[in-house]
Amino acid sequence: MPHLAVKDVRAKYGSLEVLKGISFSIEKGEIAALVGPSGSGKSTVLRALMGLTPITGGAVDIAGETMNYSSAKEVRAARDRMAVVFQQYNLFQNMTVMQNLTLAPLKIKKWNKSEVMSEARRLLGLVGLSDKADAFSDQLSGGQQQRVALARALALKPQILLLDEVTSALDPELVNEVLDAIRKLANEGMTMVIVSHEMAFVREVADKVVFMDAGQIIEAGTPTELFDTPRTDRARDFFSKILRH
Amino acid sequence: MERILEQMPRFFSGPNLILLLESAGLTLAMTVAGCLIGFGLAFVLVFLRQTPGLWALPLRFVCILYVEVFRRIPFIVVIYLVLFFIQTVTPNASLFTIAVIAICLYAVAYTADIIRGGLESVPLAQIEAAQAMNLSRLQTNLRIVLPQAWPVIIPPAIAFAVSFIKDTALVSQVGVFELTFRGKELNNQGYSGILVFGTIALCYFLMSFPLSMLGQYLEKRLATPRGQRRSRKIWFT
Ligand SMILES: Nc1ncnc2c1ncn2[C@@H]1O[C@H](COP(=O)(O)OP(=O)(O)O)[C@@H](O)[C@H]1O
Ligand SMILES: [Mg+2]
Repeated sequence: MPHLAVKDVRAKYGSLEVLKGISFSIEKGEIAALVGPSGSGKSTVLRALMGLTPITGGAVDIAGETMNYSSAKEVRAARDRMAVVFQQYNLFQNMTVMQNLTLAPLKIKKWNKSEVMSEARRLLGLVGLSDKADAFSDQLSGGQQQRVALARALALKPQILLLDEVTSALDPELVNEVLDAIRKLANEGMTMVIVSHEMAFVREVADKVVFMDAGQIIEAGTPTELFDTPRTDRARDFFSKILRH
Repeated sequence: MERILEQMPRFFSGPNLILLLESAGLTLAMTVAGCLIGFGLAFVLVFLRQTPGLWALPLRFVCILYVEVFRRIPFIVVIYLVLFFIQTVTPNASLFTIAVIAICLYAVAYTADIIRGGLESVPLAQIEAAQAMNLSRLQTNLRIVLPQAWPVIIPPAIAFAVSFIKDTALVSQVGVFELTFRGKELNNQGYSGILVFGTIALCYFLMSFPLSMLGQYLEKRLATPRGQRRSRKIWFT
C-alpha cells in the first residue's frame, strides 16, 4: 500500500482546467519530484493536496486513508497529515522564529508545551539556526528564512512534506544550505513531494520523477529513466533543454 | 478689543472655567467612548462581512449596505434619527447616551472601511500559510492578519477620531451640553463672541493636538521594522 496516492486529481481556475487528472503514488520514505515547464500545474498539485486550491475531482490516499476534500472536515484531515513549504517562505512576519515554529503545534495540535519547545530547538539545530530563535524574519537572509520555513513545517510532524521550489527565490550561494537541509530529511526517511528545477538535486534524492505539462502527467519513472531515456518527445525536449546547463 | 480685555477676568472666572472644562470633558468622553465602541464593533462587522459561503450572502449584503448608507448621510441626520428612535423606545434615555450611540453608529461605518483596508493589505500568502496549518478563520485573523494590519489601521483610525472631536459639536443641536453648546450659552450671557469662541477654538485644539501627535508617533513606530523597534525612541520628530 503506497504512503501517498494521488488519484485522478482535477482542479480548475475559473473555466481553465489546470489539473486534468493527476495520478501518482509513493511509498513511505520515498521522494517524488514534480518537474515540468512553468505553468504546467506543479504548484497547483501541492496546493490541491493542502486544500488551498479546491479540487473538482479525484481523491488522495494518505497512509491508507482516503481524503476527498469535500468538506471542511476532510480538508482539515488532509492538512493535519501534511505540511508545505512555499517558494517565498511565507514566515509569519509578526512572529519570531520560535513563535513561527511553535504556533500550530501548541495552538492547533495542542501538544505538550515543553516537548514542543525542545523539538523546535532540535529542528532549528537541524537546519543550522539555533542562534536565531528570537529573530524576526526581516532580520534573516532568504536562505535562513527558507530553512526556518522548513523547520516550521517539520515541527508539525507531517506524514508527508511538500516543497514548492524552495530554492527558486534564493541567491545562488544560498541554495546549497537549503538543499543540505533537505538532504538530511531525505536521509531521515521523510516522505516528500518536491517541485524543483535543480535537476542534479532531483537526480540525487528523488525515487520517482513525475514530468508534467499543461496540467497532465506526460511521463513518470525513476530519475535515470526520465533523464537518460525519456520515452516521450515532450519529456526529451524538456530535459535536453534543462539538463544542458 | 477693549470690551474683550474688560470681560476677560470675569469670563475666566471659576464657574465659567468649570463649565468649559466640564463640557470639554463631555466632548472628549463622547468622542472617545463612541469611537472606541464603534471601532470594536467595526471589527465584528468586517469579520462578518468576510464570512465565506453562499448562505452568508444576506449577511455580507447587510454589512456592505450598512457601511455604504452611513457613509452617505450627514452626521446631524444620524443624530436626529438616533434621538427620535431611542426616545420612542426608552423615553428617559440620557442625551449623552444618545450622542454616544450616534457617534458609535457613524464611527462603525467609517472605521470598518479603514479596518478592511488594513486587513486586505496583508499578503494572501500569509493567510494561506496559516490555513495550511489548520488555523481557523478567527485564529488566522487574530494571530496573523490583525497584528500585521495594525500599522495600516491605526494612523487613519486615530485621524478619524481626531477629526470627530470637532464634529461632535453637532450634537449640541439636540441639547447635549458639549463645548460648542456652552459657547453659545456664554455668548448669550453677553460675553464677546470673539472671546468665547476663541477660547472654545483653543479648547478643541488642545483636545485634538495631543491625539494627532500620538497618531503620528504610532505611525512612525509601527513603520519601523520590528527588529529595530525596542531600542529606538522617536518623539515628535
Ligand atoms: N490564482 C490563479 N488564478 C488563475 N490561474 C492560475 C492561478 N494560479 C495559477 N494559475 C494558472 O494555473 C496554471 C498552473 O499554474 P501552476 O500550478 O502555478 O504552475 P507551475 O507551478 O507548474 O508553474 C497556469 O496556467 C497558471 O497560469
Ligand atoms: Mg509553481
